[in-house]
Amino acid sequence: MKKYDVIVIGAGHNGLTNAAFLAKAGLDVLVVEKNDYIGGATVSRNLHEDWKYSNCSYLASLFRPEIYRHLNLAKHGLQVVTYNGGFTLTDSGDYLGSYSDHEVMRREIRRHSPVDVDAYDRYYHQMAKWCRFIRPMLLRTPPDPTSFKFRDLDELKFLGKKFFDLGQKDLYDFMKFFTVSVGDFLDEFFESDLIKAHKAGSAVVGTNLGPRSPGTAYVLLHHYMGDVDGAVGAWGFPRGGMGAVSGALAGAFQEYGGEIRTNAGVDQIIVKRGKVTGVRLENGEEIFSDRVVSNLDAKKTFLGLMDPKDAGEKVVKAAERYKSRGSSGKLNIALNGVPEFTALPKGSELIKGDFHIVDNMETYERGYDEWKDGKWSTNPYLDLLIPTLTDPTMAPPGKHYMTCFVQYCPAKVEGKDWNDDLLKQFGDNVINSIAKYSPNFKDLIEHVEIRSGQVIDNEIGLTEGNIFQGELSLNQLMFNRPFHGCAQYRGPVNGLYLSGSTTHPGGGVMGAPGANSAREILMDMNLSTTVPEDEGDD
Amino acid sequence: MTNTSNKSYDVIIVGGGHNGLVCAAYLAKAGKKVVVLEAQKQVGGAAVTSELSYGKKVSSCAHFLNQLNTIVSKDLNLTSHGLKLSASNISTIALHADGDHMHLTKNSVKGGGISESDAANYKKFMDLMHEYAGTLGFLIDLPPMDIFNLDWDDKVAAMKLGWKMRFGLGAEKMSEFLRMVGMNIRDVLDDEFDNEHLKGALSFDAVLGTHTGPYSPGNFLNFLYRIASGNNGAVDIPEGGMGAVTEAMSKAAIANGAEVRVGARVKSINVDNCAVIGVTLEDGEQLSAGIVASNANMKTTVYDMVGPRHFEADFVKRIGDIRMRGAAAKLHIALKELPEFTGLSKQDLKNRLVIAPTQNQVERAFNHVKYGEVSTSPMMEISIPSVVDSSLAENGHVLSATVQYAPYELKGGWTDQAKADFLEVCINRIAEFAPNIRDHIEHAEIITPKDLEDRFGLVGGNWHHGELTLDQMLMLRPVPEASRYALPLDGMYICGAGAHPGGGVMGAAGRNAAQAILKGDA
Amino acid sequence: MLSEKDPNHWRSAVKYSPFYNKIKEHDYVNEWHRWQEYTTATVLEDTTIEYFAIRNSASIFDITPMSKYRIKGPDALEFMNRLLPRDMTKIRVGRVAYTVWCDDEGMVIDDGTVFRIAEDEYLLCAQERQMEILRRNAVGFDISYSEVTDEIAAISFQGPVTCKILKNMGFKDVETMKMFDVRFFDFPGGEIMISRSGYTGDLGYEIWTKNDQAEPLWDAIYEGGKDYAIRPIGGDALEIARVEAGLIAAHVDFSPANETVRAGHAKSPYELGLGWLVKLDKGVAFNGRRALKKEKENGSRYRFVKLDVEGNKPAHNAYLFDKENGKNIGHVSSAAWAPSAKTNVGLGFVDMPYGEVGDEIWAEIYYQKELKWIKRWAKCTVVKDPAWSPPRKTLTPPEDF
Repeated sequence: MKKYDVIVIGAGHNGLTNAAFLAKAGLDVLVVEKNDYIGGATVSRNLHEDWKYSNCSYLASLFRPEIYRHLNLAKHGLQVVTYNGGFTLTDSGDYLGSYSDHEVMRREIRRHSPVDVDAYDRYYHQMAKWCRFIRPMLLRTPPDPTSFKFRDLDELKFLGKKFFDLGQKDLYDFMKFFTVSVGDFLDEFFESDLIKAHKAGSAVVGTNLGPRSPGTAYVLLHHYMGDVDGAVGAWGFPRGGMGAVSGALAGAFQEYGGEIRTNAGVDQIIVKRGKVTGVRLENGEEIFSDRVVSNLDAKKTFLGLMDPKDAGEKVVKAAERYKSRGSSGKLNIALNGVPEFTALPKGSELIKGDFHIVDNMETYERGYDEWKDGKWSTNPYLDLLIPTLTDPTMAPPGKHYMTCFVQYCPAKVEGKDWNDDLLKQFGDNVINSIAKYSPNFKDLIEHVEIRSGQVIDNEIGLTEGNIFQGELSLNQLMFNRPFHGCAQYRGPVNGLYLSGSTTHPGGGVMGAPGANSAREILMDMNLSTTVPEDEGDD
Repeated sequence: MTNTSNKSYDVIIVGGGHNGLVCAAYLAKAGKKVVVLEAQKQVGGAAVTSELSYGKKVSSCAHFLNQLNTIVSKDLNLTSHGLKLSASNISTIALHADGDHMHLTKNSVKGGGISESDAANYKKFMDLMHEYAGTLGFLIDLPPMDIFNLDWDDKVAAMKLGWKMRFGLGAEKMSEFLRMVGMNIRDVLDDEFDNEHLKGALSFDAVLGTHTGPYSPGNFLNFLYRIASGNNGAVDIPEGGMGAVTEAMSKAAIANGAEVRVGARVKSINVDNCAVIGVTLEDGEQLSAGIVASNANMKTTVYDMVGPRHFEADFVKRIGDIRMRGAAAKLHIALKELPEFTGLSKQDLKNRLVIAPTQNQVERAFNHVKYGEVSTSPMMEISIPSVVDSSLAENGHVLSATVQYAPYELKGGWTDQAKADFLEVCINRIAEFAPNIRDHIEHAEIITPKDLEDRFGLVGGNWHHGELTLDQMLMLRPVPEASRYALPLDGMYICGAGAHPGGGVMGAAGRNAAQAILKGDA
Repeated sequence: MLSEKDPNHWRSAVKYSPFYNKIKEHDYVNEWHRWQEYTTATVLEDTTIEYFAIRNSASIFDITPMSKYRIKGPDALEFMNRLLPRDMTKIRVGRVAYTVWCDDEGMVIDDGTVFRIAEDEYLLCAQERQMEILRRNAVGFDISYSEVTDEIAAISFQGPVTCKILKNMGFKDVETMKMFDVRFFDFPGGEIMISRSGYTGDLGYEIWTKNDQAEPLWDAIYEGGKDYAIRPIGGDALEIARVEAGLIAAHVDFSPANETVRAGHAKSPYELGLGWLVKLDKGVAFNGRRALKKEKENGSRYRFVKLDVEGNKPAHNAYLFDKENGKNIGHVSSAAWAPSAKTNVGLGFVDMPYGEVGDEIWAEIYYQKELKWIKRWAKCTVVKDPAWSPPRKTLTPPEDF
């Protein structure tokens, strides 16, 4: 009877990252995946003719460069290409463009608000400060503030020193930033509602909060702290869609000798006498290992894959209280050509970037109010991209793929489950929203995939379709993610680990949770680590 | 320099609100020559009793005494200076349209269809809250730590905090606290209870006086604050209205040797060579002192009284960025006789009556204020103090209510018509529970957040002189450079609600400021 | 000129100064770089030749891209006095002052010159943009302020014969202008402003005009200077001159505090050797006062040093040591071989208490000859005065030719 060193449940990007680092350390690792494809929410799906849809996540930049490098992902075919451009469309028929050139960006802001142009520089430097502050913490395990173990005290000391190194003014500014709403944060810099709206989108993406809800400024940072080749805040497309990320990770994993089984959904994590002994698949097959890593979120892991007696009352209660409400939806659209946006001038390249609808703060907030009542936003915030303008491999020549992220969209519609009819209504509302700015848009549509949180949950297991595997709220960050006792990647029983975004540092295609988790496992096994530290920029 | 009566003091206190009076009393007690300058004809600031209509008096702004600092009350011997309670430790009654109301005390809940498990959970939950409050409460009576230059007191406080958290609470409750501290009240209550009405009533305690709804992260801390400050969350009614509290404080200050002047509006705080030298009153009179403590709003103090040019620009910008949005209005009704509240006895009416049926309704009421609208179905905290204190109404009764939500900036402005319309909405709302109230109304008025600013100097209509949110608490309150009560201007202090620990009739800010002045913090 | 609202502004990222066409006539190498929104010449023909125009005859450098602001109103003096650490009551109408300004931590945001052009009116001329700083400082002052960068074309006219040329151009009594004087002169199309100031440590003037006067002014200078080896110069030549003169530059010798992301990387006026600008006791709550007072009491972290570096290899980016192979105590921020002073100049920073005038410290210099890299230890002497500070810089009236 074969016994693996480690079994990883779920072939999402964090599960694969985790497995690859373990295999690199020489362990015999099996990844089991319930779907017939790998990647979880990091996929390129062939759902319409020759189109490839990044049908869940759609951008890479948060992905840790240290992981990229140490797993040799370039060799396994991963190529992340920076894009430029992007804009926010206004109701008045104008737009606010994003330009990578500082001077051009200034002119563009000045075109809309002569006052805000100067505040923009200060804003930029402030955000850069917080990015620098937070990034070194991504590839580290959070300390347990209640513990007296040496490593926890040492880690607390490290954090304390980092805080003090900020200096008095910046430390207080950061404390404020960490708890303030994005609306209030932006108010301190800008006057123009359009500029605030342009910035605020990233702060509400995937959250169940409005731009006036405290804590959203941090979410803005969470989306901002990525970089591509050192350009902080830059975003990139993996060539070939998000599946290229999981494909490369799987390639690395397999090269290190790892094994992946698809169509292998886990029914239960088997625990005997307080120790993990393996997993039982949905088909009844049992696979053995002393270590099981769950790449699923805390709810799915502790409430779905474990006998409550094994998990223990405390963990079950904490998992029940773990918040993972869905607030977004997604459309993946196959297009016959490039849609024309009336507002954009001829020759503009802005359409190569991420573009948005919602030009004022009130519309966001009202969209959020509708979500609270179980409805989708009538005027949703849309994050739109046409990756095929940068990466020609995702659609046939001359054809295009558009990804359309929708905020807000309820996990259930006024308490009712989603059905085809509701999905169609939801999708039509989004398409009509876009068509208001692009007269030829509807005519170009060949195929649409409409995804609510519930659809995503059913397909890949993100509870309620929460894109972060659990909300990024103050009570679920750092040593509170997913909750106290499991924040250092270890589950409640011996040999059980977590590796998903449900752990620190949270959601986004970062790979950091999976890597940190691998480091902990290797530490428990007294093996030297294969997981890199943050390389820093000082 | 025309009018140079030029009386000289050790300390001048600008504003005779409760914190100013408390500060003066402590300073005078320590032997300082102190004067309190109050612009109005009576002391008290927002804790005053005023005439509503002939023979009927109300507490104009604050109406319950639930946060009065016990150390202050004892140190200043307020009882001997005339403070009496007409009712103490009253209950909260959460009103329901069906007349089956829920009665809540510190650790019990009855009625309103509460289940046994919810009732048991309530006790457990409130015990935990009181334990948290007991752990953290001492921070209210200390200046926020200066973590970059810890003095001896700071070190003691830090160790005490660490000790109380880790060993007092224990690892489990400590980590639970660290989880909860940034949460919204809604998620906390949803985790604990099933009964929507119970959750509605409790959520209202978290949002009262704030610019938040139950869904807004961070306001669990506001809930805890109510319990941590004052006397374990007990709610009392002072005899003679809230004005009696500040009257007693004023007497205490005078008894200690302070001078209290009313009708003395400070026009400017004067500065020479980067140090405070005194104040000029509106009538031109000048008073000199090396120390001035302002009980007025932070923005008023810096922008209007001292003047921005006497501070460095980055500090001025921070002051401008302090959020102080009020979202509560005040309703006063003079009644010919006591209205009947369905399902309540006359004796019940001395209690704190709350209209906050469910969390979702509270949140929906809050939605409006985000867009500059008034709630169409507002939430309320009602007091009918005349039930226990006949001195307030010679014949008949008075009813006061805190009404949420009403914006400071109403779309279209707070015109007379807008106010009349909102007054109607409010009366209709009460009539849902007291159908015959209209028959008894002699006079009714609504005080909007804008009025609160005009009448009491509460900028933005916020009764905390700065919203009490995580990013404006402790060492961030009002701004880091002024968190220890001394402003970055020699001799200039703040002693009001804008400073730690914030608003509510506590007196803690006044006491902490007095200690900072006596210690010579700068 | 692009208008503020032009939706096609992005089609070209650069602006052209009103002097651009005139400069272009003298451009042989097409080496330009960007300075804020403008494009500006790096070299026009030959850096050394251009440099000697500064020291030997007359050089023209286009300073239109400098950020320029007009501050006006009854509170203008008090506003400037709160903004700046200098005692601005001492700067009379008709005078220019060099100054820095700080944030509330006493860290330098930028340096620049302030022109008092009327009792209630100043021009502020800075390397970096300052609108946001002005905005946060204006609260509570009865003033108006606006950016006039694009409205004022300006050149720096530096060299020993510049006064003579200005006289030839008919600017009456220009020779009586003292260092840091500013005056208005008649010129076709309206008055132009001339200040005796510069960034070269030599005799020189800066001339400020309306945009449509730029080309006529240029022609007039050329006419007046036709016998005096006049020459437009690029930024590289100026860079040598300013290092030789011991003058600091933003982003080279200090990182502007409002743009500095890394904690502790900004510098205070004391640390930049500009303590003489700070008047702690002027009785005004100027920005940085409290922090600078503390720094004055507790001491600074660094000392700005002017170095006479042994040998002839410029100490670019060199680390500084207390002795050869000793303890690292600082670094060189600007370095140049000074062609006029014939010394090897370094500007840099050392930890306190090192680097008092007269002290000897060591630099570890890396340089390459035909791609072969060489490391050399060089003894450096901390000197009091800049390498180049000729009497003619301040002589009034300047020498006639």
